[in-house]
Amino acid sequence: MTTPVLELRNVNKSFGPIDVLHDISLTVNAGEVLCLLGDNGAGKSTLIKTLAGVHRPTSGQMLMDGQPVLFERPKDATDRGIATVHQFGGTFPLMTIGRSFFVGMEPTKGWGPFKVFDRKTANEVAVKAVQSFGITRIDDGDRLIGGLSGGERQSLAIARAVHFGARVLILDEPTAALGVKQASHVLRIVLEAKRRGIAVIFITHQVTHAMAVGDHFAVLIRGALAASFKKGERSREEITDLMAGGEALADLGAEIETYMETHDGHPPQPVH
Amino acid sequence: MSFGTFLRKPESGAVLSLVAVALFFVLFAGADLGRFSGAASWVNFAANLGIVALPVGLLMIAGELDISIGAMIPAGSMTVAIVSGHYGMPIAVGILAALALGVVVGLINGILTVRTSVPSLIITLATLVAMQGIVLSASVLLTGNASVALDAPAWAKTLFGTLIGGNYQNIILWWLGFTAIYFVAIHKMPIGNWLFALGGDKDSARNAGIPTDRLTIGLFVLSATSATFVGMCGAILFNSAQVSGGMNYIFNAVVSVVVGGVLLTGGFGSVLGIFIGTLTFAIVSQGIYFTQIDRNWSSLIIGVMLLVAVLMNNAFRKMALSYAPRKKSED
Ligand SMILES: Nc1ncnc2c1ncn2[C@@H]1O[C@H](COP(=O)(O)OP(=O)(O)OP(=O)(O)O)[C@@H](O)[C@H]1O
Ligand SMILES: [Mg+2]
Repeated sequence: MTTPVLELRNVNKSFGPIDVLHDISLTVNAGEVLCLLGDNGAGKSTLIKTLAGVHRPTSGQMLMDGQPVLFERPKDATDRGIATVHQFGGTFPLMTIGRSFFVGMEPTKGWGPFKVFDRKTANEVAVKAVQSFGITRIDDGDRLIGGLSGGERQSLAIARAVHFGARVLILDEPTAALGVKQASHVLRIVLEAKRRGIAVIFITHQVTHAMAVGDHFAVLIRGALAASFKKGERSREEITDLMAGGEALADLGAEIETYMETHDGHPPQPVH
Repeated sequence: MSFGTFLRKPESGAVLSLVAVALFFVLFAGADLGRFSGAASWVNFAANLGIVALPVGLLMIAGELDISIGAMIPAGSMTVAIVSGHYGMPIAVGILAALALGVVVGLINGILTVRTSVPSLIITLATLVAMQGIVLSASVLLTGNASVALDAPAWAKTLFGTLIGGNYQNIILWWLGFTAIYFVAIHKMPIGNWLFALGGDKDSARNAGIPTDRLTIGLFVLSATSATFVGMCGAILFNSAQVSGGMNYIFNAVVSVVVGGVLLTGGFGSVLGIFIGTLTFAIVSQGIYFTQIDRNWSSLIIGVMLLVAVLMNNAFRKMALSYAPRKKSED
């Protein structure tokens, strides 16, 4: 068996007294798409922010290529080829397309202490990257982000992550603001990234999108991993039910609560 | 330069303000241009204000406000005067002490801002008042006086406080130098990109790996130290320091920066804009002496100018956002 690109072992995350993640153990393999599912507030964004170096786990271990890693800051994760599109923001309304695309990763030209921001390269790369998303209306890297539509901004953020995500690509509800055409393009990007051997973590509330690209599914309920299964192991109805918080989900939630009460706050092993 | 490029420049509004003010003075106020252009008063005024306005403007781009400068200017001049004047220590020690005080207060402002969720306006209001108290008490305790004499050696005067051509303070050269350095750093270096990202969306900037806390703290250190620098230069030039004065700088710097096209809520602005805004402010507040207008009206003019400039900057920003060059193929 190959070593997973990313692995979480019993990761917990609390914000002060609020426990958000409980004993999460997950693996993400190269060339595989992991779909992270769950209701609003289940802890999906918190989980991926932990992977992206925004939050540090309260306890538990994170491994990359089998080696324990500790991300003190987002740059530590980015430097290792983990690129994330967060749920909100990601672009800067009053900055130009070229400058926004390269925030924190600015290309420079010149030498020694006289390295200056390479505006031309930045604009060219950024424009090319969004255009490859089918948004050909954008052809001037000096345009301000604030003048773009929500979907165009989102596409720009995704294009940025694809550009910098050498090993792991994390997308938090990337299709939420997108039209049908752009959404299907994002799905194609996900499949292309997977084909190139990149590990993808994909969060969505849309069953069709999840079914279209997911190899592996993980369902979070109230911060605990409630179910983890492979493509084809569950029917579309079952997945929909899990995602929509249907009957099965409610029962499962109650089950987990009772289990945790009697087991020092530890959730049960996820069902496979 | 194309129309779109001009629109997207934060200083475009400031350029128009400057032109409008100049035209107003010349056409309607009977300004004595010959006397005005030869006068040093407004240039000196602009230079002293400008050195403080630049970092205050950068902080505003970052989404923060520093009003403690009002106390840090007299704090800088009193420090060098007490250390080197009253106690007779070498002037270099006094200068370093003044700058070090700026670094310390800047660190306090910055660290409190990033560690707490208290707005920096309130934090620096607290340090403003506290520093006023400290400077006054220390001065009275140590020297028994609210004004201290300082006799700086020639080399220190040459560097920080002398008059060129009989009228022009050499701090003007420092102002131009600082403007050039800030310009390169903010508009040509990656760190400038970080600043705009920080001011535009702090969370996204942090997620993108920008050291937002360190950047914010650094800017507060820069503004407090620039203020003590200006105070220190004044004490060396005028051979004395007073505990009072400096409060006007708060108001003047903020007006200059806003007229210069910096967005009060952060994320937008330019070094050139702050420079031009300072120049415009200096011309209105000092140039009035060269016109037939009674100088009591200058505040009214500044108020009107501020409003017009802000409205104009808003309109420009809106146009810049929606402006996209037309593609030839679609025409
Ligand atoms: N910084 C924080 N401090 C305190 N609580 C937080 C913080 N971030 C998230 N939480 C809490 O953690 C829980 C999970 O939030 P999270 O954003 O991870 O949910 P999510 O699964 O991404 O939901 P959605 O589908 O709505 O995006 C929520 O109850 C939220 O209030
Ligand atoms: Mg979320």
